[in-house]
Amino acid sequence: MRNFKVLSVCGTGIATSTVAAKKTKEMLAKRGINVEVIECKVTEIDIKIDNIKPDVIVHTTPVSDEAAKGIKKFFGLPFLTGMGTDALVDKIAEYLKSLDK
Amino acid sequence: MKTGFDIDKRVVKIGIEGRDKTEVLTNMARMLVEAGYVKESYIDGILKREKIFPTGIPLDGYGIAIPHTDIEHVNSPMVAVATLINPIEFNCMGGGDEDRVAVKIIFMLAMKDGNEQLPMLQSLMHIIQDNKLINDICESTDNELLASLLTAELGKQVNV
Repeated sequence: MRNFKVLSVCGTGIATSTVAAKKTKEMLAKRGINVEVIECKVTEIDIKIDNIKPDVIVHTTPVSDEAAKGIKKFFGLPFLTGMGTDALVDKIAEYLKSLDK
Repeated sequence: MKTGFDIDKRVVKIGIEGRDKTEVLTNMARMLVEAGYVKESYIDGILKREKIFPTGIPLDGYGIAIPHTDIEHVNSPMVAVATLINPIEFNCMGGGDEDRVAVKIIFMLAMKDGNEQLPMLQSLMHIIQDNKLINDICESTDNELLASLLTAELGKQVNV
């Protein structure tokens, strides 16, 4: 399975996106999936998507479908609250695996 | 590697004053300005960011908020902490306008580098998920003791 790219987005590009990025990477690794995580502010999302072409977006601030340009989004608040993180990561893992087929 | 993060008691306020969210956030931000951690522009940055990117987080029976703003307003990293006698409504992180939470504790972040401060952030996330600890914080009556408690908690190694 190839390495996947995750774009972690929050309002300021530090703090919540950093925590979500680390959690995403670690929890996916435990499920046998390797990802590269890039963080950014929501205002940079347009450029980042074009440059990086991520496979999924994890966000802790609202990201419109339009801004996501068709890339699947996962709301990352569970990474901050600790509630529902496994369920969230299972969904992300399942989605990434489906991309590889 | 520095694993500790000293909370400055000058930026800890139990029962912070303020009739609404704007006043409370302004009062908190002012503590950081006066203690030298942030520039004057930080206050406005906080208020603006909170409007566009709300930071309320609903937890198990209580709510907290983690307002923060862009690094350009920050001189050196710190976390200001305030508890509210009467909870104030914040909008939820990532939520719609109707998604609100009654906030009892606010952790105002002055961040310079997300990656450098990651251990502290992870510890903070653990703190907010700890019901008992949150209760202890709410019932705290001494700013200096609260600052020490939080410093100790933030310094704990997080094994993920």
